[in-house]
Amino acid sequence: MIGLNAPTIRLHGRAVLHDIRFTALPGQMVALCGPNGAGKSTLLRGLAGLLPGLPGRDPKQVAYLPQGAGCAWGLTVADVVALGRLPHGDRATGPIDRAMALCGLEALRHTRVDRMSGGEVRRAMLARTLATEAATLLLDEPTADLDPAAAHAMMALLRAQAHAGAAVIVVLHALDLARDYADRMVVLNGGRIVADAAPASALPAAAAAFGLPVGLDPQPRLLPPAAA
Amino acid sequence: MIRGLVAAGLGLGALGLLLGAAGFGVPDSAIVWQLRLPRTLLAGLVGAGLGLSGAVLQGGLRNRLADPGLLGIGGGAALGAVVAFYWGLSARFAPALPLGGLAGAGVACLALFGLAGRAPSAPSLILAGVALSALASALLALALALAPNPFALAEITFWLMGGLQDRSLGHLALAAPPILVGMAVLLRLGPGLDALALGEDVARSLGRPVGRTLLWAAIGSALAVGAGTAVAGSIGFVGLVVPHLLRPVLGERPARLLPAAALAGAVLLLGADLLARAAPLLLPLSQEPPLGVLTALLGAPFLVRIARQVAP
Repeated sequence: MIGLNAPTIRLHGRAVLHDIRFTALPGQMVALCGPNGAGKSTLLRGLAGLLPGLPGRDPKQVAYLPQGAGCAWGLTVADVVALGRLPHGDRATGPIDRAMALCGLEALRHTRVDRMSGGEVRRAMLARTLATEAATLLLDEPTADLDPAAAHAMMALLRAQAHAGAAVIVVLHALDLARDYADRMVVLNGGRIVADAAPASALPAAAAAFGLPVGLDPQPRLLPPAAA
Repeated sequence: MIRGLVAAGLGLGALGLLLGAAGFGVPDSAIVWQLRLPRTLLAGLVGAGLGLSGAVLQGGLRNRLADPGLLGIGGGAALGAVVAFYWGLSARFAPALPLGGLAGAGVACLALFGLAGRAPSAPSLILAGVALSALASALLALALALAPNPFALAEITFWLMGGLQDRSLGHLALAAPPILVGMAVLLRLGPGLDALALGEDVARSLGRPVGRTLLWAAIGSALAVGAGTAVAGSIGFVGLVVPHLLRPVLGERPARLLPAAALAGAVLLLGADLLARAAPLLLPLSQEPPLGVLTALLGAPFLVRIARQVAP
């Protein structure tokens, strides 16, 4: 179980989050939604124990993937995924191979991440968080540079992790992905949690936060894969 | 790769015992023990410290241009030695020169963290280092401008170009402990450097905070490079070029480069020092060319070749 209770969280002297009472349960996939600047990433970093003045986390129990994560050097995929084992101080092949298989990276094992496509890099970074086998996964916009099919595949993978017992907390801009895959949608606006419910119930609050109307769309649109 | 570097180091070291101002061979056991042995061991040690420190700093600062000179530690050591020389301390008490160099490196390291703040990040450390280097070279230039006589000016200038001529077992005893301790500190930083490749937030979430990694990187470099500069003068380029020479062969993972960078630094400096010794025997030179000049002459062409291969 991971949570954050804080009356205010300040960053560079500015209050960014107010009255945060949030707890995620194991087996649950939570989507954090809200407009740019609502405080989603800050809340996620707070949960990861990365904000000054908040308690740190056990790196074995909490794996964190920041927004747009890249790599400073031309590490191979195997190198990057093995970094997920750093908190355990081992390079256990079991978790590393499982994480690579889940993310479809076997063929890219020895490829340098600076010579791969954006989507492949994203999968390698996700595999690194999975290799830790942490009880909690914190992911900031993991689908940002993925095509629709790859985004659906990643969300299905994350939901499977949650339903296998992990607490998965995902910052998402794509409300339709949140609605299709999350068990719970937390909507942030202006640094406050304005809704916290099942996606179908929280969607109107999310739409209001963006200033958009909610309704039924009679036009054809992309759907999640039939299996999802 | 590691085996090849060890073999090259041992081979060059053996050559180093056989070659000197007296020519090739073993003229006198005292020459071997008192002159060639300390000189050869110092070349290996100083080179290893420079190469390792370069690999650690490039990894920690996530910057291919980083080297020990960038952080002002080498500059601080040079300034400390020149101050000792300038005030005549070294004339009265010979070890004052390297001790001044060590003190200068220590002061530079303290100033670095004073300037970079309590929780240093890569950009703050680089900026503080550049400021410190500029300060150290300005003060060096001042010392040169105010030099008491032309002889002192020439001596300081020549010392600054780096060299291992006439270094004794005493120099070795003074420099080896800090260099070895510094290298031990630096060799332990591999996992922290690997974690930093994914960014400061990820490194922290993996239990390797950036501040701690950079703090130990600077302390280890101050010991290894400071002590090296204190006995051998400013030898540039080794720390910059060694990691670049190794990456095409070993890959780019910072931790993987560390032991090899120490060995390659030792091999590079042993080779450069052998060239320095051989030059007066082979060429019409009145004295040895400065070591720092030779390392740049040897390293620059390699770096130019690698620069053309680096992807945009």
